[in-house]
Amino acid sequence: MPKFESMNHLEEYRGRLLSSRNPQEPQVLVCGGPGCLPMGSEEVAAAFQAELKQRGLNGNVVLKESGCQGLCAKAVKVMLRPQGITYQQVTAEDVPEIVEATLVNGKILDKFCYQDPADGSVKAYKSKVPFYQGQRPIVLGKMDLIDPTSLDDYLAQGGYQALQKVLGGKSPEAVIDAVERSGLRGRGGGGFPTGRKWRLCRQAPGDVKYLICNGDEGDPGAFMDRAVMEGDPHAVLEGMIIGGFAIGANQGYIYVRHEYPLAVKRLALAIDQAREAGLLGANLLGSGFSFDVKISKGAGAFVCGEETALIASMEGDIGEPHPRPPYPAVAGLWGKPTVINNVETWANVPAIMSHGPEWYAAIGTENSKGTKVFSLVGAVNNTGLVEVPMGTTLRQMVYDLGGGIRDGGEFKAVQTGGPSGGCIPKQFLDLPVDYDSLQSVGSIMGSGGMIVMDETSCMVDVARYFMSFLHDESCGKCTPCREGTKHLLEILTEITKGNGKEEHIPLMEELCDTMAAASLCGLGQSAVNPVRSTLKYFREEYEAHILHKKCPALVCRPLLKYTVDPETCTGCLACVRECPVDAIHGEAAEPQVIDQELCVKCGMCHAVCKFDAVKVES
Amino acid sequence: MKNDSVSLTIDGKPVQVPAGTALLLAAKANNIDIPTLCYHPELKPEGHCRLCVVEIGTAPRTRLVNSCTYPAEPGLVVQTASAKVLASRRMVLELLLAQAPAGEHLKEMAAAMGVHETRFKKGDPAARCILCAQCVRTCREVVGVSAISMAFRTPKKRVATPFAEQSEACIGCGSCVFICPTNTIAYTEKDGIRTVWGRKFELQPCNKCGNYIAPKAQLEHWAKLTGDPVESFYVCKDCR
Repeated sequence: MPKFESMNHLEEYRGRLLSSRNPQEPQVLVCGGPGCLPMGSEEVAAAFQAELKQRGLNGNVVLKESGCQGLCAKAVKVMLRPQGITYQQVTAEDVPEIVEATLVNGKILDKFCYQDPADGSVKAYKSKVPFYQGQRPIVLGKMDLIDPTSLDDYLAQGGYQALQKVLGGKSPEAVIDAVERSGLRGRGGGGFPTGRKWRLCRQAPGDVKYLICNGDEGDPGAFMDRAVMEGDPHAVLEGMIIGGFAIGANQGYIYVRHEYPLAVKRLALAIDQAREAGLLGANLLGSGFSFDVKISKGAGAFVCGEETALIASMEGDIGEPHPRPPYPAVAGLWGKPTVINNVETWANVPAIMSHGPEWYAAIGTENSKGTKVFSLVGAVNNTGLVEVPMGTTLRQMVYDLGGGIRDGGEFKAVQTGGPSGGCIPKQFLDLPVDYDSLQSVGSIMGSGGMIVMDETSCMVDVARYFMSFLHDESCGKCTPCREGTKHLLEILTEITKGNGKEEHIPLMEELCDTMAAASLCGLGQSAVNPVRSTLKYFREEYEAHILHKKCPALVCRPLLKYTVDPETCTGCLACVRECPVDAIHGEAAEPQVIDQELCVKCGMCHAVCKFDAVKVES
Repeated sequence: MKNDSVSLTIDGKPVQVPAGTALLLAAKANNIDIPTLCYHPELKPEGHCRLCVVEIGTAPRTRLVNSCTYPAEPGLVVQTASAKVLASRRMVLELLLAQAPAGEHLKEMAAAMGVHETRFKKGDPAARCILCAQCVRTCREVVGVSAISMAFRTPKKRVATPFAEQSEACIGCGSCVFICPTNTIAYTEKDGIRTVWGRKFELQPCNKCGNYIAPKAQLEHWAKLTGDPVESFYVCKDCR
């Protein structure tokens, strides 16, 4: 890779690169995303390499490990280009068959293709799979096209063209104007208009300014930012360089969780590559503008995703938030004006500068422009990473992209926005998902977690679960959050144990009001959402637990009763052998009886019964 | 300078204060008292306790902010005792009463605001610390040694020396003990030995009267700060 001295130099290189590449060349892209990697994607890639070599095809077929290809439920995913065939659930053992049939003989193997749960039809091409059809990939657009460790691949897809455009003749103000006109809002959850944030920072007095990429994604079940950092790291860098030019910063930092080792590795490699190519460092592309990026590793505290806590952590201080004002745009890292944007926000910037703000603003809803990446998880058939235009309805997400509820179950609720998001019930399935509509129903966009729940979820238990996470992660600096999460967790735990009291509901509501209004940072202010939303939309479940000591979803074990149906029990004694407290009695080959006094409601008898004779009720 | 002062309204009363003055101090200057727990005039306010919250803005767009850090802005409308403020303050006191059932000062303060009991499950009956961090801030900002710090997050949050071991940075000055509003920090002085944060400090007697002056470690700290020989501090202030 040469060091690019000028825009022309880079463009000449790109031209040579493109003319040396044959778009019709067969390519195998094995997904190395967060879902596929633990399912053995490296072994699959190694198997392809061995097989291609053995058949002497390694000169004709290009093998790459790509970023996240999205449909994580069907790991390991393999994309075959130029046809655009997407194979799923591929193991290393399957590789010889795929090479023989598809790569050599051009035959599609149905068993590796997506099968539509609606009608059983087989979809071989990515463009035909409903999971991908409703998407509008901008941030995830290059995921199954490039090898994230190759700067050439990024350049071949038009990478750093946005930077050329910016450095080649735009003023910082024009860049900020464009970002403002695009309508881009912070993708980390706050939803603050990105252009306005940049402008505040540019206007803030001071010679030294900083820019931070917030990669401290900490929501359980969320991996949007991780996938972007691992799968398209140069897009994040390019966005940051453009941002640095716009606000007048020469130094950027990427704050990324230490628990994301691959993201750290890929970003570090991308930074090295960019420095070598003159895309980071002094006098970028001969423009006179200098910018560099360093990685700052976090230790995984959820609260460090909050911007002031993140800054404290970067400064080597304890990860606690600080009261605002002053806002980081005025006094941030080391007291200097600082712009903090989330990974996804930065990754949107190159596309906005390349295609223009009007193009971006045409996507989405009135006040929420562009797309949003969600990690769609929980009780849907197609779990994975999706990028949809703002305003896509929950119904489309759950039923079209998600392929409906797994095991033919019933939709109950969807929790958006991570642990401090609210649970949205069925009546809002047609809600267009954007910042404002989610807030109007008591939830948040957050960083894009989307957990779908079916009838097997107890909403009181769901609230308790998220509160236990928030209680563990609350930094403890301010009283309402520290003590509030503690008592909410305590009360919710009591309710799920059958010890709830009628006065608990108004007490929780009152406590939530104070936490939401008086907590120091967003963590405490939003921690009430799971409780408030479930109290609002699933109040009858709380009442069932408190007044009738029943858990309608059959989740809260202390409220369950296990009995043996004498009609169906064969007396096989499987349950007797499993019962840890010897609570089940009866003769062999005779119906068994559970001693309710001894029963600890562990559910083992129910789990082992082959005849469905152990009944659970509440 | 006229330019540097801002006009705002506190509890319906127009007031003028220098720009940037914390609302707490702006109120105080106009004889409006706002209760505080973690605030100390000598320390940088950090907004821990949330007792000093006030409501800013005009209906329906109002919000609570902590008055110890929020700066006076031109035209700001502030309510220090609105229904929302009082409800929040009482709730915070209830939470603190459950956290620190042995805190006498806290109980008095709560009673003064009509909070006599907490509806929440009480913690350790002997607990007094309310995690206001005055000790930590004093050690860092006033003493300048940062021997103690907040440690852990919510479930285990406490003030501690690094790794809960004897702190080498501690000079035994006892400022943390002095500043603590709840008398939480254990401290003893016996036979010329001061014990604080699990470490024993030898006290230096005055060369003239023989009364103990301060821990040797503290005098060494002074010597380092001033560049004077440590022996120059071996005379107590009464004998100088």
